[in-house]
Amino acid sequence: MSIFVPNGKTQRERMLEVIGVGRFENLLTPVPESVRLKGELDLPSPASELELQKEFKGFAARNSSADLVCFRGAGVYDHYIPAAIDNILTRSEFFTAYTPYQAEVSQGTLQSIFEYQTMISRLTGCEAANACMYDGASAVAEAALMAIRSKRKNRVLVSGAVSPRTIDVIHTYLDSGDFEINEVPFGTDGLIDLEAADKLAEGGVAALVLQYPNYFGSIEDVQAAADLIHKHNGLLVVAADPVALGVLEAPGKLGADVVVGEGQPMGVAMSYGGPYVGFMATKSAFLRKMPGRIVGRTEDRAGNTGYVLTLQTREQHIKRAKATSNICSNQALMALANVIYLTLAGETGFTEVAKQCWHKSHYLNKRLLEIDDVADVFDVPFCREFVVNLPVSAETAVTAMAEVGYLAGLPLPGLGEGAMMLTVTEKRTREEIDGFVEALHQYIKGAR
Amino acid sequence: MEKTIFQYSSPGRIGVALPALDVPETVIPDQLGRNEPIGLPEVTEGQAMRHFVRLSTMNFNIEQGFYPLGSCTMKYNPRLHEFLARIEGLAAVHPLSSDSSVQGTLEIMHKLGEFLCEITGFEAVTLQPAAGAQGEFAGLLLIRKWQQERGEGHRNEVLMPDSAHGTNPATSTLAGLKVVSVKSDEHGRVDVEDLRSKAGEKTCAFMLTNPNTLGIFESNIEEITGIIHDAGGLNYMDGANMNALLGIARPGDMGFDVCHLNLHKTFSSPHGGGGPGSGTVCCRDTLRPFLPASTVVKTEDGYMLRDRTGKSMGRLLAFHGNVGVLYRAYAYIRTLGSKGLREVSEVALINANYMKTRLKPYYEVPNDDGPCMHEFVASGAEMAKKGVKTLDIAKRLLDYGFHAPTIYFPQIVKEALMIEPTETESLESIDAFVDAMIAIAEEAEEKPHLVTDAPVNTPVLRLDEVKAVKDLCLVEPVEYE
Repeated sequence: MSIFVPNGKTQRERMLEVIGVGRFENLLTPVPESVRLKGELDLPSPASELELQKEFKGFAARNSSADLVCFRGAGVYDHYIPAAIDNILTRSEFFTAYTPYQAEVSQGTLQSIFEYQTMISRLTGCEAANACMYDGASAVAEAALMAIRSKRKNRVLVSGAVSPRTIDVIHTYLDSGDFEINEVPFGTDGLIDLEAADKLAEGGVAALVLQYPNYFGSIEDVQAAADLIHKHNGLLVVAADPVALGVLEAPGKLGADVVVGEGQPMGVAMSYGGPYVGFMATKSAFLRKMPGRIVGRTEDRAGNTGYVLTLQTREQHIKRAKATSNICSNQALMALANVIYLTLAGETGFTEVAKQCWHKSHYLNKRLLEIDDVADVFDVPFCREFVVNLPVSAETAVTAMAEVGYLAGLPLPGLGEGAMMLTVTEKRTREEIDGFVEALHQYIKGAR
Repeated sequence: MEKTIFQYSSPGRIGVALPALDVPETVIPDQLGRNEPIGLPEVTEGQAMRHFVRLSTMNFNIEQGFYPLGSCTMKYNPRLHEFLARIEGLAAVHPLSSDSSVQGTLEIMHKLGEFLCEITGFEAVTLQPAAGAQGEFAGLLLIRKWQQERGEGHRNEVLMPDSAHGTNPATSTLAGLKVVSVKSDEHGRVDVEDLRSKAGEKTCAFMLTNPNTLGIFESNIEEITGIIHDAGGLNYMDGANMNALLGIARPGDMGFDVCHLNLHKTFSSPHGGGGPGSGTVCCRDTLRPFLPASTVVKTEDGYMLRDRTGKSMGRLLAFHGNVGVLYRAYAYIRTLGSKGLREVSEVALINANYMKTRLKPYYEVPNDDGPCMHEFVASGAEMAKKGVKTLDIAKRLLDYGFHAPTIYFPQIVKEALMIEPTETESLESIDAFVDAMIAIAEEAEEKPHLVTDAPVNTPVLRLDEVKAVKDLCLVEPVEYE
């Protein structure tokens, strides 16, 4: 009898007697003999708790990446996660609750989502937000579909300076429908070519998808993009880095119609890619086209304030084939991590994190440019991530840096053999930055 | 009642101590910066803890009590898993690390994939889908890509029974396909003749939950999958109810070609108030070329993460899936082994049949023509005629200290109450729940207002959902000082 099954031989015999079947096998009569598994599943013998702990520590020891000092971003960032977050997340009450279908016994989850929606809407400068999406990339794809529904146009423009992984996800989501995706090139400055976008938008498009700061860390002119796409009667979808929004103007205030992004930088572990959480915010006008769960404030029978899932007629369990999305389970616990992170950091702490990322990435950038023949690839303002060209192969530099304890930036071969995209979070000290610059400098000297 | 976090805010408070800036500052250009504060709350760590702990006490959860939510498989979530998933070497890994520096994680992913293929009777797997609905999407794209390669891209109809989960039709739409609904017979199983009449040259796939959403095993499964194969379509199994089948029967042996698994149901990841889950998809080897990015292969030089290849459907998420959830599922399977997994399903079946037997004298169980699998659907239609609706019964259960079953689904049963006990409930807790249900049935006869006024023992009374839509309030109004 396993440790998770309280009904042993005694109870099972009693229950089978009540059912009136005598033996368990008699419960299997609806399952034809021909499809029943003959014999046992071929799986390893059961492991004890102690053995599993040892096994997992062994796995962890083979993840040498976890020991590297991280200068890599590309959509996932190594931020400090306050200890209190996990403390709250692992409380049974949040952690082992289901989706808040029975609102009267789910006020904790529902109110925290309401607070999450509020914080996301303030951060993005939008009027409303939903309860979350799977991740930043799928949120962008869903935003594109939302624009298609709102505008009844089958074509979207996507900036080429959006993360290539996000562009892949947009394709996977849209290609099976009758939709067209046009990629707008970026100029030599690394920013979207708005003149090209203007031409491509002729004939009508549902949306322009822009990243802010873009994949390369450069700060796009959201207002200009909004003016342009609105002229063509399309929506501006902005995929934003939430930490950058701690210093940069909110896209919603610059004309964006839908603002989405990856919530990982706000209190969620990197964990080799997930679980993460996508956020999505929009203007009230597009609310009913939005995918995902939404929480609203209401009253109980005695007039007390309470919270419920609302506008559910958009969702799959009611609208079925006509739903705004097929999403059901989302990443609620990670959204809770976001709301606790934004609470603990608060106005002062969150802007401080954002500023430190700005200052430290600019400091690294300046230090790298002091190395002979290292140059910026783009000559425009960046926020917390930037691309430099090294006089050596970026790929081999990454391998060499790993040997001395650093996870260097991401090579971007599309921009040249030496192109490397780097980021610095508030976690990195000046000593670590200087150490990395020195190690890279030594490597470049030796390699040339 | 708990105030919102914004109401605790006072300028200057902070809940985390950050390191001082130790590099020279670089000016942030005025024209790029924010014009006004964000509007985040300002509280201390202690205030934040108190707020969120108070909120938490207003939540029902599986570690507090019985959660018989049909199709959701609310089983106990082992605490060991939380320790394992948080080991620094697993949690602090960037997803764009080189393969050689993440061999531990890749090994877990590879082995988990093999376990799940063995459990389902398939050969290929993707761990990328974030949840069941995304798994369904991946599954339909696999089928679609395979057909397109064979020159059968014209197949654009997805057949599914009228009892299907809402995600099935919604996913079909997302995949650019049309939904064709197939009738259920008088026992709640697929009407085979209706299926036969609707399967044809336009059939892309048949989507079926087995056991179905009534908790009934589709006994004609081989005939069903045969009809679809003969028509040139493929069979997709929605694995939401896989908790009934571990070590008993495998989708791959029933004629299915693809199936998704909800690791957060059958394989015991906690539901987290709505997610994260994982919608792992297992399939036949012929569909392998079309899998999304981030499959793991074992080579002589160790484990390798494969990016999307030429025929791949692409990418469902930016990275490799809900990896933290995968760790938990791996640990669950390792803890139980083959006998333990079989025991999970055996006891899930015994528990459900026992409940059904005890409840039947008090609640109608439509479509009851023999043993159910891991869940069953009762109907409150008789009571509704007397003014006590299923919604009222659900709310009254909250007063008795239980979570309610899934209600009003599947839609083919009037006033449906879908009940799934899972294997981790004891006979004592099951009996206590049944006793409460019986007491409510009696109240409905004698003192119906007790039921229609419910709940009264909860943090708030019954909430007004109509007002929530009419006077839409989705965010706290902004109040700058």
